[in-house]
Amino acid sequence: MAQVTLRKVVKKYDEVPAVRGVDLDIADKEFIVLVGPSGCGKSTTLRMIAGLEEITGGDIAIGGNIVNDVPPKDRDIAMVFQNYALYPHMNVYENMSFGLKLKKTPKAEIDKRVRLAAGILDITELLDRKPKALSGGQRQRVAMGRAIVRDPKVFLFDEPLSNLDAKLRVQMRTEIKKVHQKVRTTTVYVTHDQVEAMTLADRVVVMNQGLIEQVGTPNDLYHSPATKFVAGFIGSPAMNFIPCQVEQAAGALRIRLTDALSFPVPAERTARYTPYVGKPSLVLGLRPEHIIETRPHIEPNQHDFDMKIDVVEPMGMETLVYFTVNGVEVCGRVNPNAGAAAAKTMKLRADLSNMHLIDDTTGKVL
Amino acid sequence: MADAAVTAAAPVRPAHYGSMSRDRRWAMRWSYFFLVLFAIFFLTPPLYMLLTSLKTSAEISAATNPWWVFAPTLENYVALLTKNEFLVFFRNSALVSVCVVTVTMVISVLAAFSLARMKFWGSATLATGVFLTYLVPDTLLFIPLFKMFAWFRDLTGIELINHWWTMIILYPTLSVPFATWIMIGYFASIPKELDEAALIDGAGWFQTLTKIFIPVAMPGIIAAMIFSFTVSWAQFLYPLAFTTSSSELLLPVGIVTTLIKGDVFNWGQIMTGALLGAAPPLIIYAFLMDYYVAGLTAGATKG
Repeated sequence: MAQVTLRKVVKKYDEVPAVRGVDLDIADKEFIVLVGPSGCGKSTTLRMIAGLEEITGGDIAIGGNIVNDVPPKDRDIAMVFQNYALYPHMNVYENMSFGLKLKKTPKAEIDKRVRLAAGILDITELLDRKPKALSGGQRQRVAMGRAIVRDPKVFLFDEPLSNLDAKLRVQMRTEIKKVHQKVRTTTVYVTHDQVEAMTLADRVVVMNQGLIEQVGTPNDLYHSPATKFVAGFIGSPAMNFIPCQVEQAAGALRIRLTDALSFPVPAERTARYTPYVGKPSLVLGLRPEHIIETRPHIEPNQHDFDMKIDVVEPMGMETLVYFTVNGVEVCGRVNPNAGAAAAKTMKLRADLSNMHLIDDTTGKVL
Repeated sequence: MADAAVTAAAPVRPAHYGSMSRDRRWAMRWSYFFLVLFAIFFLTPPLYMLLTSLKTSAEISAATNPWWVFAPTLENYVALLTKNEFLVFFRNSALVSVCVVTVTMVISVLAAFSLARMKFWGSATLATGVFLTYLVPDTLLFIPLFKMFAWFRDLTGIELINHWWTMIILYPTLSVPFATWIMIGYFASIPKELDEAALIDGAGWFQTLTKIFIPVAMPGIIAAMIFSFTVSWAQFLYPLAFTTSSSELLLPVGIVTTLIKGDVFNWGQIMTGALLGAAPPLIIYAFLMDYYVAGLTAGATKG
């Protein structure tokens, strides 16, 4: 059993806070991804779990035991670094067995474990090679192998794929997921790539400025972001944020974007948004995939509107259109055959059932 | 407008097909020219030593072409190698150098590792301090060293002056700071993640040093070894100042003091001695240069 628990964990570098009080419960066998922009404290948090950084305040527990002052080697963890950190003078076998050798594990046992891990990662034929004779992806596998052979309570990954090219990154992402399904070890994975976070995680932890913004399953974060930051960080292209006002009209609410453009609020959200009628600094959050071309069949809460397109970006499977509303650039995703053209007016459709109303002063989704 | 400018400019600039390879060819020619010049410049003295060592005393003093040996002889070599004195100098020098290299490497590797990696209070200042000590000219240290040796004798009754092994204590004052400086630079270039990985794998500081840092920093260690060997093998001033009896002399001083009698210079044997004295460093360089290949860290990280 290896839950990892963080309680009010704080890290300061010479009084400059990097992590400002993080509370997190990671369940046994769970795959947790810490994601956020650079400098948000995600790597520091991981390194504190590893014991590579001392914590300034709070408690970290692994498997129920507080490990604040336990050195890394006694925490029963394994870490995969961004730049692999393979020992250059040792071959793959020696790299993978180094930790076990230091623990004075019997030779036969070491051999068994190394070959098992090499089998899982498909690197058996590379065991005699030195790291310099390996490609980036192979080095990454060896780094993972070094973690697997130790059979630790927790795997820690620090941006393990950022040094690989785009194609290999996708391939290794799947590989990591497969490995986790095979070995089922509690995993904490740090990345700045939200796609990696969404695809790998059981639960994603979005961090910003040393604090946790939201913890949830990938779908939770995508559909019900708690803050404007999470709403903007998860999803690509990013969610559109358009300044708006809530108006009361004939027993129903309307979201007014400009004098000419307003949409009725879905009936089931009327009660929720009524307190914000006439309030300033509200923002409508609507993902590009919820602004589409007009279609013959219309669903409830979908509304057509005419808009002059500024820029068209064909992506193949879809076309991105950009237009300006209330002074901000808005992106929509339309069918490539919908006939979008720059500087032409196009009939678009907004799906308000997926809208978010955000208070721009607090950054909270209402 | 833009089109006109392009077409007008085009005929002015003729196409430079193969200019890259032509540049390279000229660069090579100049490189070879200067390399040959330097080779001649630096190899002339050793060549002159070799030629002179093969001549008899009579031929050396005769007014013949100095760049040609008319009657080659090995008598200088025989005379020197059968002279017990010379072999004692050689042995003293060899023992001192081996000990100095060992002492220097043990101290400087441990010092450099702690200064480069174990961030402790004042480690940065100490590292600079190590380098500053290297900047003190050794000639300034004679008087203080004599003083210290005198105190030491008064305190313990052990005489340090006029013993060849005293050099094992003295030379590291010259070699340790520089070797430490080289090793700090080399250790600092080893990615931090490598010791973190070792730390997580369960290695302590000492295991990290012996199992990871020393093997990875081998080129740097060899560079430092070559340096400290050169310092101790070729050092002239300290043994000249601190040793006098002929049984305690080291090779450089021994050759000069025994082969120059007043104003009589035994040039043939001086050159032979110098040549034989230059042989060990040459052999060691040639041997170690094979290992002295940078880029041993290749493959540790993304590369």
